[in-house]
Amino acid sequence: MLQFIRSVLALLVLTATVPAHAALKVLATTTDWGALAIELGADRVNVYVATSALQDVHRVEAKPSLIARARTADLVIAEGADLESGWLPVLVQESGNPRIQPGSPGYFEAAAQLNLLEVPSRLDRSLGDIHPQGNPHVHLDPRNIVAVAKALTARLTVPDAGNAPYYEQRGNDFEARWQQAIGRWESRAAPLKGTPVVVIHRDQVYLCHWLGLSEVAAIEPKPGVPPSAGYLGQLVTKLSASPPRMILRNAYNDPKAVNWLSERIHAPVVLLPFSVGGTPEAKDLFGLFDDTLNRLLTVAP
Amino acid sequence: MTLFKPFGALLALSGAVLPVVGEAADDAAALRAELQALKSDYAARLATLEARITQLESGASSAATLPVGNAAAPSATSGPGQGSPGTRSSAAAFNPAVAVIFAGNYTNVSEDPQSWQIAGFMPSGGEVGPGERSFNLDESELTIGASVDPYFSANFIAAITGEDEIEVEEAYFRTLALPSGFTAKGGRFFSGLGYLNEIHGHAWDFVDQPLVYQAFFGNQLAQEGVQLKWLAPTDLFIELGAETGNGQGFPGTRLSNGVNGATVFAHFGGDIGDSTSWRAGASWLDQRAEERVYEDVDDVGTPVLNAFTGKSATWAIDATFKWTPYGNTARQQLKVQAEYMRRKETGDLTFDVEGLGLSDSYRSEQSGWYLQSVYQFLPRWRVGLRYDALDSGSPAIGLVSSGALPPEAFPALLPSEPDRVTLMLDWTPSEFSRLRAQYAWDDARDAQERDRQFMLKYLFGIGAHGAHKF
Repeated sequence: MLQFIRSVLALLVLTATVPAHAALKVLATTTDWGALAIELGADRVNVYVATSALQDVHRVEAKPSLIARARTADLVIAEGADLESGWLPVLVQESGNPRIQPGSPGYFEAAAQLNLLEVPSRLDRSLGDIHPQGNPHVHLDPRNIVAVAKALTARLTVPDAGNAPYYEQRGNDFEARWQQAIGRWESRAAPLKGTPVVVIHRDQVYLCHWLGLSEVAAIEPKPGVPPSAGYLGQLVTKLSASPPRMILRNAYNDPKAVNWLSERIHAPVVLLPFSVGGTPEAKDLFGLFDDTLNRLLTVAP
Repeated sequence: MTLFKPFGALLALSGAVLPVVGEAADDAAALRAELQALKSDYAARLATLEARITQLESGASSAATLPVGNAAAPSATSGPGQGSPGTRSSAAAFNPAVAVIFAGNYTNVSEDPQSWQIAGFMPSGGEVGPGERSFNLDESELTIGASVDPYFSANFIAAITGEDEIEVEEAYFRTLALPSGFTAKGGRFFSGLGYLNEIHGHAWDFVDQPLVYQAFFGNQLAQEGVQLKWLAPTDLFIELGAETGNGQGFPGTRLSNGVNGATVFAHFGGDIGDSTSWRAGASWLDQRAEERVYEDVDDVGTPVLNAFTGKSATWAIDATFKWTPYGNTARQQLKVQAEYMRRKETGDLTFDVEGLGLSDSYRSEQSGWYLQSVYQFLPRWRVGLRYDALDSGSPAIGLVSSGALPPEAFPALLPSEPDRVTLMLDWTPSEFSRLRAQYAWDDARDAQERDRQFMLKYLFGIGAHGAHKF
């Protein structure tokens, strides 16, 4: 038996020689950070995105296919702040890949580069699905994207030093185009300032913060907690008195609760892509914000 | 040990590379640099989960939330103590992730649970069967885990039973830094055999394990030894593993010296389109038993102890499919899983080891399988259906074929085909709580006395956010 195990092990060692690969392998947890990696790395990176824009990134399974991708990844890009805590730790642990262990250069969290909103002053799960480091849905403020892009550009050069000038040049180019786009978006979005909106989960906080939208209510009474009939009743009473301009729904959200509320308080539902790929127009990061603004502006002035 | 060479290389690498993030403002450069150093150090040692539990314990926001970089959002609130990292005690900052899972049940069974047994199979000695009647405290599971250093992590999972006993379910270290897709594990751990074997009780889809796991391993096979796994660098998930240890988990027994028995397994998995994922596997377990004693009664009803000595070889295949529309597990999911196991035992069977001590040859070939499906039809609601079946075969007992003893001298080994049908409904208010009702038609004792089992179960988790396997 021992002889058998020895020969199996010997075989494994022989077959485990890693083939040289041209492009840097990136495993991104969401389409947004996958899109950013492509902006910065173009054909020098080979990006695999673990989720689609139709998935709730809190609730993803550590599928075998994802473990297999984690095995070969040179760099993992996560939103961070515990957003992926139900599944990413399993991928990293099961991957047998020392390059992407937390704390290694191959493990990158976007939220770790930023100031987060809604850092809870009290940590207690009776408050719902709260994140100790703050609200993790950072990507819907384009100013956060540029800060993450800078850090990610620097990070890409660690596992792939040979392409450092390339990443730096792409990073500078992206930043210039992005700053220009922010100016364009902000001037377009000026009329949205102060618009009262209702959200489902508090995952549009950064968008609201950036555009100055006034979040008057959330359909979830607490983060991650679905509303009860009683709570929805109270919401209707409260919002009928001063209806919001619109109810925001992300592509991945179930439409039932928002449609129900919309009928009762006579406020339109605006479907937002939330992530790259959430709508056909949101093909890349620029498209994500272009389309989000287009959709907001069709309802608001 | 050549094993440690890569560690040295990794140490050098991790020392040389410190991630540089953000952009320090001139007036606060020193402070930011200090914070950055603190943060990197912290991140290197603790996973984000541990940060959460540390915060839970200290009641304050930890260093992980310290703002870095120059992003927008100046309105982020600061927790108490955030501004002065120097005053923070580092002793508590390295507390491991701690979680406790509370479980309990209410059981109503039509037959006396003391008489429960799996007909045709030598008792596995585990805590199998429907348990006690009425309200019961189940095992409370205590999990403690953290990275040890850049090369190892360690996990400790203890079950504190309702009978006030502490069982170490798992206590193992695993490597973090082996190259080429290898991971080694050592200590006591659930074997990688099959699909359900590695899954802890709180994550089962039914109150109890399938009969085949109860009969073949006394619920779960724990190894005390070492495991080596290798993950192939392919898009198809291919994981190969081998284990060896002291062999004392049923059906083996601990032998005097050295290693005893071995497990090898292969797991495969992947996706079919956006909505379907699968995993399949094959495992083989080779063990030896010496004086593996079990209780029975003889042909006139006197309790006796019999014992098996010999070889025990088990192979198992498993397959699991999950259909989740667009991968959105929050809404709807259908899970179908099945496992089949077959065991061959050859050696000697001793009748009445404490008395007559008659011994002759023994050979058996036994099998079992289950098929179960769980459907999440609404975001928090799931129903499940499971069918279990075992086939004891007809063991060749030398003492019987030679005429020394009648077949009735071994009531536990009379040929039998036990089976069971189980229905389950559960409600999961959040990731940390679950309430379940289960009804089973249990023919484990064999067809003449069907046990109708109704069970209610609660599961609550506090502490660190657990991440579950597929």
